[in-house]
Amino acid sequence: MKITTMVTGAALGVMLASTAMAAELTVVSFGGAYGAAQKKHMLDPYTAKTGTKILFEDYSGGIAEIKAQVEANNIQWDVVDIEVIDLERACSEGLLEVIPASVLAAGADGTPGAQDFIPSAIANECGVGNIVWTIIYAYNEKTIGSVKPTSIGDFFDTKKISGKRAMRKRPQVNMEWALIADGVAADKVYEVLATDAGQARAFAKLDTIKDDIVWFDSWSQVPQLLNDGGAVMGQSANGRIFDAIKKDGKPFKMVWDAHVYDLDVWAVVKGSKKKDLAFDFISFATGTKPLSGMPDVAYGPTRKSSMALVDPAVIPDLPTSHLDEGVKADGIFWADFGESLGEKFNEWLLK
Amino acid sequence: MSNTTTNVASTASSDNNKRGAAILTKEEARFARRELRRHKMTAFALVVPLLVFISFAFVAPILTMLHQGYYSPVVADLIPQTLEKLESWDGQGQPDKRVLTSMAIDLKRLAADRTSGKLAAEINRHKPGASSMVKSTARKLRRKDDADLAQNGAALLLAANKSWADAKTWQAVQKAGKIYTDGFYLTALDLERTFEGEIQIREATQIYIQLYTKTLRMALVITLMCLVLGYPLAYFLANAPSKTSNMLMIFVLLPFWTSLLVRTTAWIALLQTNGVVNSFLMELHVISEPLDMLYTEFSTIIAMTHILLPFMILPLYSVMKGIDKSYMRAAMSMGAKPIPAFLKVYLPNTLPGLSAGALLVFIISVGYYITPALVGGTDGQMISNIIAFHMQQSNNWGLAAALGTMLLILILTLYWVYDRFVGASNIKLG
Amino acid sequence: MSQPFPSYYTLWHKAGSYALKFTAFAVLFFLIVPIIVIIPLSFNAEPYFTFTKGMVTFEPSAYSMRWYDAIVTNPNWLLAIKNSFIIGFFATIVATTLGTMAAVGLSSQRMPYKRLIMALLLSPMIVPLIIIAAGMFFFYSKFGFAGTYTGLIIAHAALGVPFVIITVTATLSGFDRSLYFAGLSMGASPLKTFFDVVVPLIRPGVISGAMFAFVTSFDEVVLVLFLAGPGQRTIPRQMFSGLREQINPTILAVATLLIMVSVAFLITLEFLRRRSERLRGLESPH
Repeated sequence: MKITTMVTGAALGVMLASTAMAAELTVVSFGGAYGAAQKKHMLDPYTAKTGTKILFEDYSGGIAEIKAQVEANNIQWDVVDIEVIDLERACSEGLLEVIPASVLAAGADGTPGAQDFIPSAIANECGVGNIVWTIIYAYNEKTIGSVKPTSIGDFFDTKKISGKRAMRKRPQVNMEWALIADGVAADKVYEVLATDAGQARAFAKLDTIKDDIVWFDSWSQVPQLLNDGGAVMGQSANGRIFDAIKKDGKPFKMVWDAHVYDLDVWAVVKGSKKKDLAFDFISFATGTKPLSGMPDVAYGPTRKSSMALVDPAVIPDLPTSHLDEGVKADGIFWADFGESLGEKFNEWLLK
Repeated sequence: MSNTTTNVASTASSDNNKRGAAILTKEEARFARRELRRHKMTAFALVVPLLVFISFAFVAPILTMLHQGYYSPVVADLIPQTLEKLESWDGQGQPDKRVLTSMAIDLKRLAADRTSGKLAAEINRHKPGASSMVKSTARKLRRKDDADLAQNGAALLLAANKSWADAKTWQAVQKAGKIYTDGFYLTALDLERTFEGEIQIREATQIYIQLYTKTLRMALVITLMCLVLGYPLAYFLANAPSKTSNMLMIFVLLPFWTSLLVRTTAWIALLQTNGVVNSFLMELHVISEPLDMLYTEFSTIIAMTHILLPFMILPLYSVMKGIDKSYMRAAMSMGAKPIPAFLKVYLPNTLPGLSAGALLVFIISVGYYITPALVGGTDGQMISNIIAFHMQQSNNWGLAAALGTMLLILILTLYWVYDRFVGASNIKLG
Repeated sequence: MSQPFPSYYTLWHKAGSYALKFTAFAVLFFLIVPIIVIIPLSFNAEPYFTFTKGMVTFEPSAYSMRWYDAIVTNPNWLLAIKNSFIIGFFATIVATTLGTMAAVGLSSQRMPYKRLIMALLLSPMIVPLIIIAAGMFFFYSKFGFAGTYTGLIIAHAALGVPFVIITVTATLSGFDRSLYFAGLSMGASPLKTFFDVVVPLIRPGVISGAMFAFVTSFDEVVLVLFLAGPGQRTIPRQMFSGLREQINPTILAVATLLIMVSVAFLITLEFLRRRSERLRGLESPH
C-alpha cells in the first residue's frame, strides 16, 4: 500500500510539474538540417528574448495534417513552415489565418517590411516568406557507376543509369520532371499538366521508372538513402545535400537541371488558440538577422537586408544563383490540381 | 463452452426455486428470491461502471466511425440553394440557367469564405479532375461583382470553365449533395452507382477488392509461417524436461514482452540495404550486391511472423503440455510408423491449441498497421495502412470509415468464430 | 529430449528427433536474435544501423555511448519518456480499478448476459487499432479530448481493460464464491467483504492485469498517432516518427532500454505467477 501511495504521489507530482512547464507555442517544420538552422537562428533566439517555450515538431509537408486538424476542429499546431507550392491551396481552403500587415517587421537597415521582402515572399496573404529553396536531384559519386547524370532526362533513363531513384511520395515536382524529361519545354510544363493528355503523359513517363523508385516522405531520408545505398540518386531539397556534403563530407553531387525552385513561408494554422503569439513569433523569425542564418543550409533569405549579411562564399550554392536552369513551382496550379492529381497519383501508386 | 455451463447452472437454480417453493415457507422463498436478486444486482453493479466507461470510450467512437461512412453533409451545407434548384433537373444536358446562376453566386461566396476547396474535394470524389475546375472557377468568380453575377451568372460560369455545360459535372454535384450516401461503401467495394441508380463496377481504377484479397493472403501466409515455425518448437518445448523448457521459454516470452516498435526496429536494422543481413551475406560472399529486402512485402511478412509467433506457440504449448505422452509411445511401441501415428493420434489432440493460435494470429494480422507502415514500402501495405492513408493523407474520412467498417465486419466475424470454438476469455497471456 | 531413446526407436526415429531439435533451436534463434542484435548496435560510434569493421574486431573506439547521450540531451525524447509514464500510469489505474470490479461481477454465476458482456468488454483487444483510432479521432475531437492527456488516458484504459478482466477472472476461477456471499449475508457491507475476502485472493491477478494494462499503454502507438498533440508524444510515437523520417541509432539506444524494461517485467511476472500458484495451493484446504 505504501509503495502505491508513493507511486501515486510521484506521478501526480510529475503531472503537475508537466502542466506547469507546458510548451506555450507549437512550431512545426521539416526537421533535419533545415530544422536545426531554424532552431538556431529563429526559435532559440526567440525563446531567449521573450521566454516563450516552443515545442518544435517535424512534419513532412503537404496540407493533409493541417486540414485534418482544422476539419476536426482539433487544432494542435500554431505556426507551420509550409512550401509555397502548398500555400495557395491551404490558404484558399481556409486552413490558415490571414497575416496582418503589422507582422512584416522593418529591416535592420530601417527599410519598411513591405519593401524589404522580395515580392514573392509576401505575395500570399496567409504566409510570410522564410527561405528561397529548390528541389534538385543528387547522386552519390561512390555508387553511381561510370556514367554520371547531368540532366533531368538522365534521372528518367534507366538504361543509361541503373539503380534506385528516391522520389518524394507525392505528385508535386515529380509530374513536372516527368514532362520535362519527356521533352516538354520548362515554361510550358504547367500548361501541359493542366490537360488530361498532359497528365497521362506524365504518368506514362513515371511508369517507365516506377519499379526503380524508392518513395520517401520526409526530406531527411534522402541523404540517408544516398549514403546507405538505398538509392543511387534522389530528389532532394538542395539544403539537405549541401549540408551532407559540407558538414559530413559525403561524396554527393547535385544536378541543377530543371530544378523546381520555390519559397517556404511561416503561416499560422486557422483556429490556433495562440494566434497573436504565433504572429509575434513570425514577425521575429522573419526579421533581418534570423533570416540571414538560413544560408547555413544553402537556402536564400527572403529579405534584401538579410542578403547583405550573407557570407559571399555561400552565394553560388544558393538557388537564386541558378534561376536560369530552373522552373518556378506554381502554387496556383497546385491549388487547383492538388486534390485531383493527388488522388490520381495515389491510385497510380497502388496499381 | 462456458455458455452451456451457465445455462445448466441457471436451469438448475430455477428448478431448485420451483421445487423449493413447495417445501419452503412463503417467507423463506421470498427471502431466497430476494437474496438471489441481490446477488444479481451486486454482480451487475460491479460491472456497470466498466460498461459505462467502455460504451463511452470505445463503443461510441466505433459507432461514430460507422456513421461517418454514410453521412456526408458537407456539400448540402455549402450549396443548399443550388442543390434545391438542381432537383428538378432531368439529368440530361445542361441544367436550367437558374441553376448555373445560383452555382456562380455560391462559388463566389465560397471563394470569399475560403471553403471552395471543400466543395471541390467532395465533387472530385464523384468526378475525378473536377476539383481543379471548381477551384479555378471559384477563383475567377471571386472578382466579379454581385449584380453582374445575378444577371449573367450562367454565362460567367460557362466562360470560366466549359465543363459546367457537361451533364456529368452536374450529376457529380447532385450525387455529392446527398446527405446520406452509400457512395463510400460502393467505392470501398470498387463499385459505383450510375446516375440512373444502377450499381456497376467502378470505371476509374479498382484497387480496394484487390487490397482486401492481398491483406487476407498476407495474413494467411503469416499464419501458416507461424504454424510451421511454431508447431515444432511448441512440441519440442512441451516434451522437453521442465528445466530445459522453462529456460527456453524465455526465448519465446522475451520477444512477446518486448515492445512492438523495438521488434520492428530490429527488422529494419537487419534487413536494410546496408543492414546486418546484407553485410553478413556479402562478407561470406554469398551475394555480391546487397539484396533489396526492406520495404517489401517480404519484409512485412517476416517481421510480422516474428512478432506474432508467440501468439501461436503459447496456446499450442499449453495444449501439448496436457497431452498424455503415453498415447504416442503406445502407438509407436505397437509398431505404428511415426508419421501416421502423429497424424492419427497426436495432431487431433492438438487441434484446440492449433485453431486458437491460428485464429488469433490471423485476426491480429488482418488488422495490422504499424509493421507494414514501417517496413512495408509500397508493396507491403495492408488494408489498415490504406485506412490510415485516407484518414491522414487524402483526408477522405468517409472512405476511411467505409473501409474501416468492412474491416470491422470481417474481424467481428472472425472473432465470433473464435469465440465459438475457443472462447474469448480463454486467450492465453503467456 | 535428452533422455536416451527407447529401444523401439529406429534410426529414422532418431534422425527425426534430431531434426526436431534442430528445427526448434532454429526457431528459437529466429525469435531471439533480432532482439539481441539491437543491443550491441546501440553502442555504435558511427551513425549506422549495422556493425562497422571496428565493431566486429572489438576496437574500443568503434563503440560509444553517444546515442544514449543523445536521448538524455534531447528534450523531445525526455518529454516522450515522461508522457509514456504519465499516460501509462493513469490508464493502468483506470483500467485496473474498473476491470477488477467488473471481473468480480462477471465471475458471479448470477450475472445476467454474462457471455455477451464478456465478449463486449474483451473486444478492444480484437478490434484493429486503426479502427479504434479512427473512431476515437472523430468522437474525441467533438469533446475536445483529442490532443489531451485525458483523451489518451481514456483511450489506453479501454485497451487495457480486457487484460485485467482476463487475468483477474483467471485467479477467480478457482475461488469459492460462497465465501464472498457468505460475507455479504453475514451483514458485512459489500465493499468490506470485497476488500477482506476477495482482494487478497485476486491480488496476483490484479497485479499482473495491471502490468499488462501498463505495457499495453506503454507500447501503444496507433492511438497516439491519431489522438495525441505534439505535447503528448510518447516513446513509441517518437520511435515511429524516427523510423519513418530519420533512422538514427538513438532509436536503437531507446530500444535497448526498452528491452531491459521487458526483461524486468518478465521476471516480475514470473515471480508473481509462482507466488500465485503457491498462495492458491495454500489457500485450498480452507
